Amino acid sequence: MELAEGPVLRECFGKAPMKLIISNVSGVPIYEQLKDQIKSAILSGEISEGEALPSLRTLAKELRISVLTVTRAYTELEQEGFVKNVQGRGCFALGRGSELMREQLLRNVEEGLEAAVSAARIAGLTDDELRGMLDILLEEDNG
Amino acid sequence: MDNILDVRGLEKEYPGFCLRDVSFSLPEGYIMGFIGPNGAGKTTTIKLILNMIERGGGSVKILGLDNIEAEETVKEQLGAVFDTCYFPSKWNCGDVERAMALFYKRWDRARFFDYLREFGIDRGKKVGELSRGMQMKLMLSCAFSHEARLLILDEPTYGLDPVSRDELLDILAGYIENGQRSVLFSTHITSDLERAADYITYIKDGAIFYTGAKDEFEDMYRKVKGGPEDLTGELERKLLGLRRYSNGFEALIRTQDLRNSRLLTEPATIDDIIVFTSREDESYE
Repeated sequence: MELAEGPVLRECFGKAPMKLIISNVSGVPIYEQLKDQIKSAILSGEISEGEALPSLRTLAKELRISVLTVTRAYTELEQEGFVKNVQGRGCFALGRGSELMREQLLRNVEEGLEAAVSAARIAGLTDDELRGMLDILLEEDNG
Repeated sequence: MDNILDVRGLEKEYPGFCLRDVSFSLPEGYIMGFIGPNGAGKTTTIKLILNMIERGGGSVKILGLDNIEAEETVKEQLGAVFDTCYFPSKWNCGDVERAMALFYKRWDRARFFDYLREFGIDRGKKVGELSRGMQMKLMLSCAFSHEARLLILDEPTYGLDPVSRDELLDILAGYIENGQRSVLFSTHITSDLERAADYITYIKDGAIFYTGAKDEFEDMYRKVKGGPEDLTGELERKLLGLRRYSNGFEALIRTQDLRNSRLLTEPATIDDIIVFTSREDESYE
């Protein structure tokens, strides 16, 4: 087993399979669409750590897309730290704790905050007013 | 990764037609679309692979064996489907089964009848009474029942309705799923290939124009459109298959040559690439 310190591999039973939908007219390459959907399923926790992704060839067959397209999506997801491909065993989701994924999550937070800051500038809010709003939102969320 | 099919420097001459240095390979576990205009050499290449005509030069290796020197072994591994059914129209499915059993060492009778059931083919009917879609499925059943590892289809979707074409693509995707079998698939209906094919080999005027991954093939070109004033001499030299009309133009361009942002650009479909690259030749005449 190569995954000594890696995630625990397990099959997930009794759980609804993740949703994967491919559009042929969106203009977004199919491998990108696949990547984006798998990424958000991992980030949202819909796929949990160590859970097996559908086998490459099964997925290609079911979505009726090229095996090479799925291979490309899985390879890039591995490079970005979302999954681990284990030769002969399949492709497994990494936990949200993995460093690369942590970075991705932090980037999402930063982007959201940046958007809030620029919206606040347009609305003419002071820094304190903006902080106040954030505090209220945090309180509501914690409550 | 091993190649199931390896074609190297294939040559064949007919009066007025010549196949020149045709080389491509198909790895184990993938679907390759074989495309090109009529008369480009698709069927000639397929017949040479199946050793149905004498080759002028080059080599064809199937699972590492020469298709002529080791013809018997090679043919055990090969299944072929053509646009028209090759069984006599008066035969029924039982006759087909008995004939196939004579040819193939690994023929599996029970499996053949399982496929007929799965594909909904009426065993009692004569070949000539089956619809085109059913005849295609009968040929596929034969290929699947002797464990063919390479399936060669010449225009299998010709004359098929959309429902049967859809079923065929499903069957092919299932066929290669275990990663040990491959499909070479010639067709004019390139929408069949847009999703299902992993590789594309494009043959034009008896020579290979492109062979490789399908996604790269589609990425190589873009379709551009613009107004009459956008068409500078410098740009025109980079365009393929240019079509001018009084209010503008459209053409194909290599993605790497794409600079001018004023042009409307669209992804090129497989059909676009065939049409524009073929138009290119006509403009020289």
